[in-house]
Amino acid sequence: MNLEDLHALAEQYHREQAQYEHRIVVCMGTACQSAQSEQVITALDSELKARGLEKQCAVRAGGCRGLCAAGPLITVEPGQTTYQGVKPDDAPALIDSLGGEPIERLLCDTTMPFFTRQKRVVLEYNGLIDAERIDSYIEVGGFETFLNVLTQMTPNEVINAIQRSGLRGRGGAGYSTGLKWNTVAKAVGPRKYVICNGDEGDPGAFMDRSVMEDYPYRLLEGMLIAAYAVGASEGYFYVRAEYPLAVKRLRHAIKQAEKAGFLGNNICDTSFSLKLEIRLGAGAFVCGEETALIASIEGKRGTPRPRPPYPAESGLWGSPTLINNVETLANVTPILREGSDWYLSIGNERSRGTKVFALSGRVQNTGLIEVPMGMTLREIVFEVGGGVPDGKRFKAVQTGGPSGGCIPEQYLDIAVDYESLRQLGTYIGSGGMIVMDETSCMVDVAKYFMDFCMSESCGKCVPCRVGTAQMHGLLVKITRGEATLDDLALLEDLCEMVKATSLCGLGQGAPNPVQSTLRHFRDEYLAHIVDKTCPAGVCKIHHREVTP
Amino acid sequence: MQAPPVIAPPTEDKRWRIVAAMMRKHGFKPQALIETLHSAQEVFGYLDDETLRYVAQSLAIPSSRVYGVATFYNLFMLKPQGVHTCVVCLGTACYIKGAPDILTAVEGVTGIHKGETTPDKQVSLLVARCLGTCGLAPAVVFDGEVEGKADPDTVMTHLKEWLTHEP
Repeated sequence: MNLEDLHALAEQYHREQAQYEHRIVVCMGTACQSAQSEQVITALDSELKARGLEKQCAVRAGGCRGLCAAGPLITVEPGQTTYQGVKPDDAPALIDSLGGEPIERLLCDTTMPFFTRQKRVVLEYNGLIDAERIDSYIEVGGFETFLNVLTQMTPNEVINAIQRSGLRGRGGAGYSTGLKWNTVAKAVGPRKYVICNGDEGDPGAFMDRSVMEDYPYRLLEGMLIAAYAVGASEGYFYVRAEYPLAVKRLRHAIKQAEKAGFLGNNICDTSFSLKLEIRLGAGAFVCGEETALIASIEGKRGTPRPRPPYPAESGLWGSPTLINNVETLANVTPILREGSDWYLSIGNERSRGTKVFALSGRVQNTGLIEVPMGMTLREIVFEVGGGVPDGKRFKAVQTGGPSGGCIPEQYLDIAVDYESLRQLGTYIGSGGMIVMDETSCMVDVAKYFMDFCMSESCGKCVPCRVGTAQMHGLLVKITRGEATLDDLALLEDLCEMVKATSLCGLGQGAPNPVQSTLRHFRDEYLAHIVDKTCPAGVCKIHHREVTP
Repeated sequence: MQAPPVIAPPTEDKRWRIVAAMMRKHGFKPQALIETLHSAQEVFGYLDDETLRYVAQSLAIPSSRVYGVATFYNLFMLKPQGVHTCVVCLGTACYIKGAPDILTAVEGVTGIHKGETTPDKQVSLLVARCLGTCGLAPAVVFDGEVEGKADPDTVMTHLKEWLTHEP
């Protein structure tokens, strides 16, 4: 496979698609699917068949367009007309409109801030390429970057380019990707591994799933470049078993890439070889932690181990291992294609590039968004997100999953980056952003996350195993209106202790939701403890409960 | 390293071939354990003691370790599941949009708690950490079909159909 072969494939795909006068792409993301997008495809297909138009118009499943709240979304090409809230009954009208005036009542306004304020790098193809065909990705320039890297750059040059771009790990910790690659490249070992961490476990986060489902080839290209840069010859995608479509798409992508000669021995007639496999998770949140993930790939219970040694030096089966998150790897190709300077120009000084967020909760435009780092929370929630619906009042936005925290209204104008959120006692995390309004009780939210950490604690270290259960017990007591101020003091002590002494990020982060809500919403805790009331009316405090 | 001798499956059931094929694909190495348990659960619906012992012997790892792995991961089921499965999502977005009320309603109408199956083996009730359908919170899954923007009433109607249905 060389550049000419690649262009020939692209041309072939282009000609095949150009046969159709119109192409309808229907979003088959999970949200749109549960809003009947599959039935929309069936209805469109049978309507086309009934009219004998199958040769003029193609209908196919596409990826997530982001605006899940208005699903199912469909796009008509050419022209890129986007419709929202399409029902199977709309099929005849849609086909009538082909080549004519668009259907006004179904039009999705792509000039609204939700679309225009986004900057799409990871999601640059807007879900419009065919996730099950390698030539669809090749048509938009896929694998060209990899071929250029392989034939014209040394591994060192690749690492330097990534390091200079300022890319930081998108799994949440924000460690410099270039530095990590450099450590693995320098590590000595007969064999090295690359692992893509697709164990997206934070509740309220579905960015990585979307990338794996919609852009499996882009991810694969990132893996290829990473493996070339660090000198790895084997690699794994570790994916949650809860994401069957992502697993299916990646499996298919690996097969097609092997067939095309992008995987295997002596790739594109060079000395570079790479074998990729998929390993399934089995429903353990802690496996998102890198050492636990490695244990799981080795077929063991997913319990973490102390670091150092870091996986970069001693990882899978004791070999140097590079572990990167899905979104991090999806950033690699555009950086090398457009150059480090281009990437440096996006975002702010501390955090470069963009971040994909899953925006949900009490916000108008729920869905998947990608914005430049440094955008303010107010812009994200009120402009892109369209604000809080039903005339309710904004209360907080939760980021960072079970290790994160809640940010109240007075900090809405801070620029979102790794450091600014850390200063507020939370994390950017993997990218879940859940908006809460006055109907949410912050103590109840803290209890919710503690319940999560308690059940997901692997049980290896005492502070996390016992500490999360004790903290949960105290939070239950508070939400029942049975706690005293001494209990609150004990809770605060426990937070410090568990944070300082737990083995891995799960335990170290578990107190965060409590500490952050205590910091910004202490009055709500006091209301439960002293006044025995829940200001939001969520917690059922015994003596106040009115029996219906 | 010498591969352990191939162990005969516990019964004549042809489905064991799928499980054996998975282990063979991984050269009967210990690291095949999780993949093997996935395939066994896929064909038999759950993992019983017989399965765990067979896998342990085939991969030459202690039964205790196999049991440890099978109980560590939430997705592995050690008991048979009901005819229908109802999964209530308890992700953050669903939680703040009323998932706890849905769960209470489901527990009320089925008379079982999360992780349990009704005595007539009709319905299993599970909870999910997050389905990633946060855009349509709260979400409930009925036999693999995601229902978004669910509320206790619609969920109860669905469940009552299952519960009154004669097997």
